Amino acid sequence: MIGLEHYLTLAAMLFVLSIAGIVINRRNLILLLMCIELMLLAVNFNFVAFSRYLGDETGQVFVFFILTVAAAEAAIGLAILVVLFRNRRSIAVQELNTLKG
Amino acid sequence: MFQSVLFYLFALILLGAACGVVFSRNPVHSVMFLVLTFFQSAVLWLMAEAEFLAIVLVLVYVGAVMVLFLFVVMMLEVKIEAAKRGLTRYAPLGIGIALLMVFELVQLIWLRGQGFSGTSGFAATPEGYSNTKALGAVLYTEHVYAFEIAAVILLLAIIAAITLTMRKRPGLKVQDIGAQVSVRAKDRVRIVKMDAEKKQ
Amino acid sequence: MYDYYLTIVLAPLAAAIIAGLAGKKIGRAGAHWVTILGVGTSCVLSLLVLRNMFWGGAEPENISVYTWAVTDGLRMEVGFLVDRLTALMMCVVTFVSFMVHIYTIGYMHEDPGYQRFFSYISLFTFSMLMLVMSNNFLQLFFGWEAVGLVSYLLIGFWFKRETAIFANLKAFLVNRVGDFGFILGIAGVVMFTGSLDYAEVFASADRVAGQSIEVFAGTPWNAMTVICILLFIGAMGKSAQAPLHVWLPDSMEGPTPISALIHAATMVTAGIFMVARMSPLFELSATALAVVITIGAITAFFMGLLGIVQNDIKRVVAYSTLSQLGYMTVALGASAYSAAIFHLMTHAFFKALLFLAAGSVIIAMHHEQDIRKMGGLRKYMPITYWTALIGSLALIGFPGSSGFFSKDLLIEAVKESHWHGDGAIYWIAYLSVLLGVFVTALYSFRMFFLVFHGEERMDAHTKSHLHESPWVVTVPLIMLAIPSAIIGWFTVEPVLFGGYFGDAIVVRQGPDVLAKIAQEFWHGSLALVLHIHKSPAFWLAAGGTVTAWFLYLKRPDIPETIKNKLSAVYTLLENKYYFDDLWIKGFAGGGRAIGSFLWQKGDQLIIDDMLVNGTARTVGRLAGAIRQIQTGYLYTYAFAMIIGLTAFLGWLIWLR
Repeated sequence: MIGLEHYLTLAAMLFVLSIAGIVINRRNLILLLMCIELMLLAVNFNFVAFSRYLGDETGQVFVFFILTVAAAEAAIGLAILVVLFRNRRSIAVQELNTLKG
Repeated sequence: MFQSVLFYLFALILLGAACGVVFSRNPVHSVMFLVLTFFQSAVLWLMAEAEFLAIVLVLVYVGAVMVLFLFVVMMLEVKIEAAKRGLTRYAPLGIGIALLMVFELVQLIWLRGQGFSGTSGFAATPEGYSNTKALGAVLYTEHVYAFEIAAVILLLAIIAAITLTMRKRPGLKVQDIGAQVSVRAKDRVRIVKMDAEKKQ
Repeated sequence: MYDYYLTIVLAPLAAAIIAGLAGKKIGRAGAHWVTILGVGTSCVLSLLVLRNMFWGGAEPENISVYTWAVTDGLRMEVGFLVDRLTALMMCVVTFVSFMVHIYTIGYMHEDPGYQRFFSYISLFTFSMLMLVMSNNFLQLFFGWEAVGLVSYLLIGFWFKRETAIFANLKAFLVNRVGDFGFILGIAGVVMFTGSLDYAEVFASADRVAGQSIEVFAGTPWNAMTVICILLFIGAMGKSAQAPLHVWLPDSMEGPTPISALIHAATMVTAGIFMVARMSPLFELSATALAVVITIGAITAFFMGLLGIVQNDIKRVVAYSTLSQLGYMTVALGASAYSAAIFHLMTHAFFKALLFLAAGSVIIAMHHEQDIRKMGGLRKYMPITYWTALIGSLALIGFPGSSGFFSKDLLIEAVKESHWHGDGAIYWIAYLSVLLGVFVTALYSFRMFFLVFHGEERMDAHTKSHLHESPWVVTVPLIMLAIPSAIIGWFTVEPVLFGGYFGDAIVVRQGPDVLAKIAQEFWHGSLALVLHIHKSPAFWLAAGGTVTAWFLYLKRPDIPETIKNKLSAVYTLLENKYYFDDLWIKGFAGGGRAIGSFLWQKGDQLIIDDMLVNGTARTVGRLAGAIRQIQTGYLYTYAFAMIIGLTAFLGWLIWLR
């Protein structure tokens, strides 16, 4: 039977994959954002699985909120991206080092 | 048994799509793979009887957020050359960290899960159980404040996104609705009294 | 009487303020009139107070004028304790001050700081009156410091002279040493009795005497001994007792009137007065009195010796003052407080007289102070000559003069005071005061003969201008000469033997030497004068005078020979026993060395360089190193977050 552990394993694999994605695609801001979405998805998997396992809907409420915040985050992130692109004609991460100490 | 086969199948597609997101060279492809990933997730959540969230994932994520991503990717015209991967320098470290994390997660899930009933499948839900109904009952009672705050966050995101991206270009000819509405007749029309012309 | 006391104190203060702040407006004449009026008022009222005490039989009064603060049961008040001791001191202070005010008109008449000078001496009179009339330790300390301040201001009155600045700084610093002991003593009094008021402190003195204090852990000392010795250290500073005497000779850099007023007649006797006032405390500690008598004896004899080798006319008188202060201190140590105060009074008159006479000579000599360049002034300055003679005779104790009564009976009292045992202390004290008489006569008449007799050694220009000083100078001389000559006759009996001081002075330690003298020895003033041939002091004084005459008038070549023969002794005396070197090079130099060491190594190196700048430097270097991590690239931060997440997960799994 498919149980909690299967879901958790799948979520873990997804999570590690998204971490690898962040490291590999560090030059591309859009892909970074997408990898973050993937990470959130992995987390949501855990919530859903545990919610189902424990028979408690609170976990799913959490997922609901995470989805909300993630949507907001994506919207603002993309807006920033657009503004950035408009100002510099590029979204190449290696050129964004004004924070350098 | 059938369920297990389906789970492994969908999980496989999910992981493959995730790999596609990470490794594809074209950002547009990455977005499409991400859409596929979300679809598979929705299916897997359906299997875990989280029907409401599955639908929300498809509607909100695939329908709105992914379209937004796609839109931005296409608008920005990110060149494939510019987004070339620099696997060389950070790859060993990245792989090392990823392996460490895999090891840790394996530790967590399998070794700590000994004697743990997680493998035996989920307990069956009671008769007449409606996921959406139950979720709604919790959401609008216990978590109503958080729900309101989430709504405000969304509103904030809308305002923030608009404020960030809106710009005024100099020299752009636009209508000033306020000025148009508040205009008076005497500003526009001048009645001039003239003597009648003489008959010729 | 309350109004009298207030007027006595406040009249000089008001005069000082007017002369000091409005000196320009009221002019020179205005300045001296207002201050003389103020001090004159005080003087007349003080004499009235004394008369009431002496003949009117007025009782001592203890008045609280104003409560300044009350803290934790400790009352800080301004108040007057006017008993017979105070009344006597008030008269001495105001009378000498009055004379000096008049004299100053003549002495300072060319000085640009005329008004300032009058303001200072009036302020001094106020401070000194506050000191002697105080009924509590706080006001005593106020007066003590105020007279010290005015002394400092006046020694450095000619503030453009390097030597004057050095002298006033020296006086100030040496007095600080004494004052430090003094305030510790007051602190001890407060600690053990919880009160600053004389009456309350004296009432609980017996209780304090039974207690002990551990200044150094493990060695309990008698509390009263500690308090008294600390108070006496204050007296040593103010009254210039060895080894804190070094400031007094240098203080002669100030104008002569203040040398007479402050550094001879009044301020320097504050220490004597204070110890006499504290007699109920000192009487409870034999150890403290032994210290007092030893210090006094050393000062009396050895400072007198220094007077013989000095050539500056004022410095000779200054060393004479030191020696006489030593005499008074010895009397205090022998529990003969009345004798000390009596000598204080007569000394105030004749020493002020001598200083003013010296000042008169200095005016005539156009501010030349070297006695080797004087001589034969007798015929030019008759009034100064005769008054100086009276002063010198009083100083050496010529029979019948005021100094004779006070000094002779003081020596007698020391001779009779066996309660310190018949050991070293007794003999040091007795021999010092006895041989001191010879020394006193020697230096007094050495100066007198060199100045007024013998060949005229001044240059022709000075000689052509020699003349007697104006009346404002000579009148105070005469006015002071009168009490110097005769005051002993009719005051000695009531003051010393008549129980004049009543409760003001308490003698408890052993037998009261003065009472003993009164029984066995005293048959009236005239009898004392007539039996003079029995007194060794008289013969010593006569011997000293004759020696001075022989050495400096008859055979002026001998002193030079002696000087060459005894060059080692002479060098020692010339360098004042090297006390100045000890203080200036030893303590002051050592202090400066420690200070500059702490400044350079402690402050600049450790605190400034290592701690303050070092902290900043370390932080700067650390920040410089950490700054390298801040690449500014987004993925570095993301990567850091991932590493952090991994580490956190690891901690959660393995370490928790």
